[in-house]
Amino acid sequence: MATQSPVYVAGAYEHPTREAPDKSTMQLHAEVARGALEDAGLEKDAIDAYFTAGMPEYESGLPPLIMADYLGLDVSYADTTDFGGSSYISHVGHAVAAIRNGTCDVALITLAGRPRSRGQATGSGARAIRTAQDSFERIYGATNIGMYGMAAQRHMHEYRTTAEQLAEIRVAASHHAQFNEHAMYQDPVTVEDVVSSRVVADPLHLLDCCVISDGGGALLVVSEDVRSRLERECVEVLGHGESVGHHRAGRIDLTRTAAEESGSRAFDEAGLEPTDVDYASIYDSFTITVLEAIEDLGFCEKGEGGSFVEGGTLKAPNGALPFNTDGGGLCSNHPANRGGMTKVIEAVRQLRGDANDEVQVNADIALAHGTGGSIGTRHGAATVVLGGEDR
Amino acid sequence: MSWEPRPAPEINPETERYWSAAADETLLVRECGDCGLVYHYPREYCPDCFGDDVDWREAAGTGTVYSYSVTRTMSGWPEEDLPLIVAYVELDEGPRLLTNLDCEPGAVDIGTRVEVRFVPLESADAAVPVFVPLEE
Repeated sequence: MATQSPVYVAGAYEHPTREAPDKSTMQLHAEVARGALEDAGLEKDAIDAYFTAGMPEYESGLPPLIMADYLGLDVSYADTTDFGGSSYISHVGHAVAAIRNGTCDVALITLAGRPRSRGQATGSGARAIRTAQDSFERIYGATNIGMYGMAAQRHMHEYRTTAEQLAEIRVAASHHAQFNEHAMYQDPVTVEDVVSSRVVADPLHLLDCCVISDGGGALLVVSEDVRSRLERECVEVLGHGESVGHHRAGRIDLTRTAAEESGSRAFDEAGLEPTDVDYASIYDSFTITVLEAIEDLGFCEKGEGGSFVEGGTLKAPNGALPFNTDGGGLCSNHPANRGGMTKVIEAVRQLRGDANDEVQVNADIALAHGTGGSIGTRHGAATVVLGGEDR
Repeated sequence: MSWEPRPAPEINPETERYWSAAADETLLVRECGDCGLVYHYPREYCPDCFGDDVDWREAAGTGTVYSYSVTRTMSGWPEEDLPLIVAYVELDEGPRLLTNLDCEPGAVDIGTRVEVRFVPLESADAAVPVFVPLEE
């Protein structure tokens, strides 16, 4: 990929709403698409590829068909890869490949959803049996948070990771959220606040969990040709990797995620190392999601994530690895229960110097990583390494 | 531990034998005759070598808690079944199987030895394997 033509993120837009009772989900998709077009300085007619993982609230719906219809898009390429929350990061990689293939020049990626307005029981509700695996999992009350709780329990067992160390992740996110006027929870919290909050699924507390919010986001990924005609500062996609993690036929390791593979692929493609990363957006469905991703992406050794996140490592602007400077899914926004999109958007803001002043990092290289599905069963991992224009 | 109205398994041709064996209080795993992998959940083709020389094997029904989490509230779940312990139990035959631990939350930890119990369903064609601490 390093020898091929550069591809850029030219437009990024995050919907400011966190609760949208008076809008439809498709409307939110349209609003974020308009926002990204305006950000890039492009017209809708320029779009010739469309990516979405669909609308999780609908049982099925042939996402690219219903959304291309709704948005009035004529495209030569459509992709609806669904890795849960990591989808939108994998879409960036797929868009880069399609653009390099000459299939398209301007790829629109959208996410939107209204789980908050719809009163969705997120992560802690019994769910219907739909797949073969469900008959061996959901009959036991396997929920997202229960599965991540088991991962945290095992990580604590193997590596002596503590609840206080996990709490440091929420503390850093909440420190950033206080500067984000759109963040759902803007009050900084302490380690004590986190560990004294209600236990939802051992050892995870309420404040170890992400918010439930409406909203969405969109990205425009463009070719060198298109970028040369734009006035706006763009961000180059330097590397991408993705991977699927699963049970391994009964040998699941709850302390490891597919970020090991997605991260190393993304770094290889970029020709960079974790030590080159100035800012990291890391999907934070739960604090343990971040801790395991930090280890698996190579920011520290396996098992050392707990000590790594202590002492303000993740706090912008001065921590060694500032992360989720918008407040992340833990404090700001988790649209449609899927956080990958906002991870790319905040990484783009950091590289363009558009992050909130108090958390703006002097970043040339940023990473955005998503973990979709559940690390306790099946999960997707997708990583992109992004570079600023003046790096 | 009651079961209904908890979701019951959907039984298909690949898994019917597993569930009917459970109704007879036997826990089955699958074993590949080509590569030797013992695995769960049941599939007709070995997920390692993709071989089709796959047999059913009776498991001892004992294992060790690999990890667990206690859920105190769950929408759509019978109140009397809460708190609920979801766990991975590593069977003595090898595979880690997702299940429930039917005991008080304080009675188990990672590494606790457990043995299988079968919870009957309304349908006599299947029962659900859960685990309880082993009295040694």
